[in-house]
Amino acid sequence: MGDNTSSAAVRTSLTAVPASGAQAGFTTRTVGEVVVPNPVMSARAVNVYYGDKHAIKDVSLDIGRNAVIALIGPSGCGKSTFLRSLNRMNDTIEAARITGSITLDGEDIYDRQQDVVQLRARVGMVFQKPNPFPKSIYENIAYGPRIHGLVASRADLDEIVQTSLQKAGLWEEVKDRLDHSGTSLSGGQQQRLCIARAIAVDPEVILMDEPCSALDPIATARIEDLIDELRQNYTIVIVTHNMQQAARVSQRTAYFHLGDLIEVGPTEQIFTNPGHKLTEDYITGRFG
Amino acid sequence: MSEPDLTPRARTRDRVAASLRRRYRAERRFRAYGIGAVAIGLLFVVFVFYTIISKGYPAFLQTYVQLDVDYSAELLDPEGKRATADLESADYQALIKAALRERFPEVTERAELRKLYALISSGADLTLRNRVLSDPGRIGKRESVWLLAKDQVDLLAKGEVDRSLPESQRNIDDQAIGWVDRLRAEHRLETRFNVAFFRNGDSREPEQAGVWGAVVGSFFTLVVTLGLSFPIGVAAAVYLEEFAKRSRFTDLIEVNINNLAAVPSIVFGLLGLAMFIQFFGLPRSAPLVGGLVLTLMTLPTIIITSRAALKAVPPSIREAALGMGASRVQTMLHHVLPLAMPGMLTGAIIGMARALGESAPLLMIGMVAFVADVPKSLSSAATVLPVQVYLWSSSPERAFVERTSGAIIVLLAFLLIMNAAAVFLRSRFERRW
Amino acid sequence: MPTSSVVIAILALSYAAYRLARRRSFAVVGGPQAIRKLHSLPGYHGLLAALWAALPAFAVLVLWHVLAERVIVDAVLAQLAGDGAPSGGAARDLLLNDVRNVVAGSVPFAEASAPVQAAARHWQHLDAISRIGGAIAALLVGVLGGVLVWRRITPELRARNRVERLVEINLLLCSMIAILTTVGIVVSVLYEALQFFRMVPVSEFLFGLKWSPQMAIRADQVGSSGAFGAVPLFAGTLLISAIAMSIAVPIGLFAAIYLAEYADWRVRAITKPLLEVLAGVPTVVYGFFAALTVGPLLRALGQSLGLQVASESALAAGLVMGIMIIPFVSSLADDMITAVPQSLRDGSYALGATRSETIRRVVLPAALPGIAGGVLLAVSRAIGETMIVVMAAGLSANLTANPLQAVTTVTVQIVTLLVGDQEFDSPKTLAAFALGLVLFVATLLLNIVALQIVRRYREQYE
Repeated sequence: MGDNTSSAAVRTSLTAVPASGAQAGFTTRTVGEVVVPNPVMSARAVNVYYGDKHAIKDVSLDIGRNAVIALIGPSGCGKSTFLRSLNRMNDTIEAARITGSITLDGEDIYDRQQDVVQLRARVGMVFQKPNPFPKSIYENIAYGPRIHGLVASRADLDEIVQTSLQKAGLWEEVKDRLDHSGTSLSGGQQQRLCIARAIAVDPEVILMDEPCSALDPIATARIEDLIDELRQNYTIVIVTHNMQQAARVSQRTAYFHLGDLIEVGPTEQIFTNPGHKLTEDYITGRFG
Repeated sequence: MSEPDLTPRARTRDRVAASLRRRYRAERRFRAYGIGAVAIGLLFVVFVFYTIISKGYPAFLQTYVQLDVDYSAELLDPEGKRATADLESADYQALIKAALRERFPEVTERAELRKLYALISSGADLTLRNRVLSDPGRIGKRESVWLLAKDQVDLLAKGEVDRSLPESQRNIDDQAIGWVDRLRAEHRLETRFNVAFFRNGDSREPEQAGVWGAVVGSFFTLVVTLGLSFPIGVAAAVYLEEFAKRSRFTDLIEVNINNLAAVPSIVFGLLGLAMFIQFFGLPRSAPLVGGLVLTLMTLPTIIITSRAALKAVPPSIREAALGMGASRVQTMLHHVLPLAMPGMLTGAIIGMARALGESAPLLMIGMVAFVADVPKSLSSAATVLPVQVYLWSSSPERAFVERTSGAIIVLLAFLLIMNAAAVFLRSRFERRW
Repeated sequence: MPTSSVVIAILALSYAAYRLARRRSFAVVGGPQAIRKLHSLPGYHGLLAALWAALPAFAVLVLWHVLAERVIVDAVLAQLAGDGAPSGGAARDLLLNDVRNVVAGSVPFAEASAPVQAAARHWQHLDAISRIGGAIAALLVGVLGGVLVWRRITPELRARNRVERLVEINLLLCSMIAILTTVGIVVSVLYEALQFFRMVPVSEFLFGLKWSPQMAIRADQVGSSGAFGAVPLFAGTLLISAIAMSIAVPIGLFAAIYLAEYADWRVRAITKPLLEVLAGVPTVVYGFFAALTVGPLLRALGQSLGLQVASESALAAGLVMGIMIIPFVSSLADDMITAVPQSLRDGSYALGATRSETIRRVVLPAALPGIAGGVLLAVSRAIGETMIVVMAAGLSANLTANPLQAVTTVTVQIVTLLVGDQEFDSPKTLAAFALGLVLFVATLLLNIVALQIVRRYREQYE
């Protein structure tokens, strides 16, 4: 797959670099290292279409293990679409179509054999707007373990609920009111509840789609701390609008523009010494 | 990842994998329930319509018998004055009986003769009377006339009588069947399109009964309903949506409207009986009262749909008009109402369709009376289509079964037309802002 | 003078008032050139006069007719009493009905008895006088109203504001009809029901186990034998409604789930309207279908299984009523399910839940209040449904829970008690109103609760 689908004006300024991907047998025009050693997930030449709209154009990217990667870029650049294609959440949209390959531990997640239920148990997701189920806090956490049949006894379940809430830093705040409705919590607490809910099925990767955009600065800070702690055990892919946030929480950053993956690299480098004009324009606030 | 690790995460993955079979079975089962429910629903639709149509279409056909009638002068006009009054009251049945005796000369016994006479409808003499009155010159001459057959003959001719049943379980015996077969063999029996069904009022004789009286009654009733409920409903909707400030009072009106929309229709019938008939002394069985009752019944629906249509007009249009210095009434009359009108009309048609199918409240106010005449005014006794269906369905004669289904088909056809009009109106004028 | 010509006369008068007032508004400022001196456009002056001519005139006309009817009836009754006719009770009502029929022309004059004929003539005479009087009164008031406005026309008259005020008041009156209807229902049904409860104690009516109103016609038995115990009717109504709901709720709910969550838009676009056809079929058609097809079918089926099924079994009526209610449940449930935000589904899918797990454990619990409200509305509809049970359920008041037997319902009894010749003031007739009151109160409570639940549910996700 080459640049046969080139359309945007941006393309003309990009040159196809048989970068580090060359030895893996693919080409990419992305500036920087798209490949990392021993990745959890890797996308190769991924295109996503919504009906006639070409939302993701030929994107290749590796997701490193137990690290945080931030996807940034202006609105409508395709970063959320790319995120949703990592656990096949785009399947729920009837008009969505995808080409290319995405692998999880070497297995193609779009393969016929791949089970989407298993996939999502391994690649969890947290959404932009906190979406706790209208059930009790306990039931919100217990939902995943229950449907997947992870626990045999109530005691096991209690333990999973407790450890998940502890890992999400919510246990102390809610341990006395586990039977209260999840929707009765504050926005920040709700979002941590959703993170705890995702952790409860012990996924390898957690996708976060602008998890703080609906929260106030204090709640945001708590979530950011949490992300930093979770990095020990989980791989995290976070989409964010907020460049400071990307700088604070991530080790790698990928910049998307109009469906193209323009540049990827260590976060510090992207923010201090971007390799592409568009990246520079964006992080210096010329648009976006 | 090939090394067999036993980390908790790997155990989790194993458990998830182990649960899959069971979960996908449950998934398929659940989906099957859904498909099953939809299929059963559709099956009911097909079943209801198949039953009605297969039972009802023969009602649009009617059997006639051709007889050579001798307009005997001594029977019709023994005094020879050709006075209209004499001709009107003459015994035309006798002519039919004579013609039948002539066709079946072998039948002589009284009981058998009575059976023979029963081949022809008791209303057939009207055909002869009309012919003679329109041309008295026919008197003394002979003529071949197609006469309305009795309901049993009609059923037999349409193949709706099971000849293999024992005689006692049929309403027509072997001898009569023999006569009918002979008439058919002689090409004196014919089944044609049943014009009378669409032209006659109700009758005790199935073969003479038609839906026209009920159609006219329904029409009068709906005229009253539409004439009252549409203007009042639109006015109420306009007031609530455009003028009233939200207050306890408007809340009360709103609660009332929503509740009335769900009150059983028969309660409106009780209201009509107690209020319009007992208290105001309006005539029973009249389309006027029927229309009033149905107005009260459909008003909530019309108010609710009209309000929805008004709500759909964007506020920017009101602001534009008010900004030009138009008063609120002018804004409403010149701008909002015309834009909301298609939606309101759609609602009105749907309300009318519901009113057309309604029968329970009309039973209460006496619109179930047997009315043979086609109603002439809003206050003459009348019935409506659905009540006609109810009346016929409770008649014991078998021939009324097909009449009932036939009337239902007519009713459904009207409803179909009205709903199609509503759909057309909606698609033609609907705007998306 | 026929009413229609009076109406036309009033309209003509109103139009004349419009023209004259409009002309005068030009005149007071000295011609069309000076129209800017008028506060309101000339048309509004005309309209104001027209409204003041027409509205009071119509009000007088309607009022006159309502009152005249009563006066005439009283006068005719007085005359009949003078002729030695019964002065009260059912016999008097019957006689009055005869007179009414003769006056209306539904019974030929020649067929009536002499006193009835005389009374009818008297009636017609009075009626003619009253019509002329009414017409004159209405037109006089109309002229008066028009003249009053006409005389007050000045350049400063705020005609437009006054017209608009009138329009608003009329709109308000129209919207109050909803309240008046409710009041009308309550007053009329309650009034008759209270009369009934004067003859039969409320407790006996509500808790009595025996219902046979036919017996009670005999004067010596009025309300004495416990023949007005409505429990069998309530039980029958509930039995049939329960059967209907047990058909309609699962089928309607699962159909809604399938159409909202599984089916793609093409299937949905065809199937939804097809199912809703069931809602558009008049209930009398269902009644016919139940009585003629389903009843015999169940009977035959029962026979082949060795079961005794009554030909007017509760099962047949309930089954068909269930079919009728399916689209009602399914479209309400569909609304409620689609109101559940997509974010909740996404949250569940993202955890690896299958579609059915998401529906059963997230969507349905979230939509449950709304669905419950919808089901309550459906129950209220089942309880109040009349034609299906009139045509397919029985008349005998059996107190049984066996769906294969015939039961009767509240609505069936209302219809049988009130259809046909009836005498007001007999307990038999009044019992229908008492049943109507129970029906009204029961459905009202259900509706209020259901609408409240549904509204709160909708607000939650708005």
